[in-house]
Amino acid sequence: MEKIYDVIVIGGGPAGYTSAIYTSRAGFDTLVLEKVSAGGQMTQTPQIDNYPGFPESVDGYALGSKMQQGAERFGTKTMQSEVIEVNLKDKIKTIKTPDGVLLAHSVIIATGAEHKHLGLENEEKLIGKGVGYCAACDGIFYKGKTVTVIGGGNSAAADALFLSKICEKVIVVHRRDTLRAEKVYHEPLLKAQNVEFEWNSTVCEILADNKVMGIKIKNSAQGTEKEIHTDGVFISIGRAPQTELFRGQLDIDKNGYIIADETTKTSISGVFAVGDVRTKPVRQIVTATADGACASHFAEEYLATIQ
Amino acid sequence: MSVLLVNKNNFQKEVLESDRPVLIDFWASWCGPCKAISPMIDEISEEHPEIKVCKINIDEEQELATQFDIMSVPTLLVIKDGKVVNQSVGLKPKNQILQML
Repeated sequence: MEKIYDVIVIGGGPAGYTSAIYTSRAGFDTLVLEKVSAGGQMTQTPQIDNYPGFPESVDGYALGSKMQQGAERFGTKTMQSEVIEVNLKDKIKTIKTPDGVLLAHSVIIATGAEHKHLGLENEEKLIGKGVGYCAACDGIFYKGKTVTVIGGGNSAAADALFLSKICEKVIVVHRRDTLRAEKVYHEPLLKAQNVEFEWNSTVCEILADNKVMGIKIKNSAQGTEKEIHTDGVFISIGRAPQTELFRGQLDIDKNGYIIADETTKTSISGVFAVGDVRTKPVRQIVTATADGACASHFAEEYLATIQ
Repeated sequence: MSVLLVNKNNFQKEVLESDRPVLIDFWASWCGPCKAISPMIDEISEEHPEIKVCKINIDEEQELATQFDIMSVPTLLVIKDGKVVNQSVGLKPKNQILQML
């Protein structure tokens, strides 16, 4: 007979591995499916100051690895594979990967979120050739150059501020006429000598040869278009939940998040959603790990009813 | 085979004149995704002796980083007979890295 896991966790970020720590520690046979490497979005952050227990801060990749090791200490298995299809509706859930079909009594979805893309034609092709989504990762390559930050939220403002210390000039392109970012960012950004703003503007084209040379922007207030020179474009327009796999099976809200309350229970019993992928007001590492504990609690309750 | 650390002094001999295809991982110590990709690069090096696997620290080897127009880390390059035949930017799963070769 094929092996049926008690719990399969899809995604190896903080929510996924915390779920696994709890379920495997409670004695449930647990598998984590991770497509790349432990840590999820945390791996992009070299310094995490707001996860408790690390007075000197912690490196996101190291924290992710430690969470993985913590879960594996209690018997969690990790498989590096990408999920291509799921069937959550039956009592035995099936999860298809290029490495085979896996079965589970319960599934915890921890697929997280990824940077939103502008959706422009040559955007993907230019990643690493002037287009970036992580100023902390790639900013240093633009030392002394001109860069553009697209967006007006907290992460765009933080990126612009970070880049203003390295680059010759930073241009912030935002579709509204004021920043959406919290007030703490406004003053230092407006004060910075080398930061310029293009308000009411969206990017209609990335101008590139082999690498980025500039962008064409459209000003919606004036109805005008213009080209501006830039060596780099940092796109910081928010994150999108990774829920394509579950459409048509689970209830998903208009922004793509899986609908689940604090219990992490989704519209199908035995299926739970944790971390950034779930409808929730605050998305932080601590709230993701908290979801893991809740999901484990209710998964245990569910597993008890079916056995 | 263990991963070879490449610098501007041994680049010509180890990479351009290599008789095996070369996989180069351009990385930096401050880059999180580089740390995440590194164990996969190490595994490929152990499992595929037909590939020469190299790492280049972009902070120490700025000339090489500039020569290859590296603008993001990690960047992986596949070099055959002295020419770049494939390139990928960012954290990728191991099977996708293997497909580049």
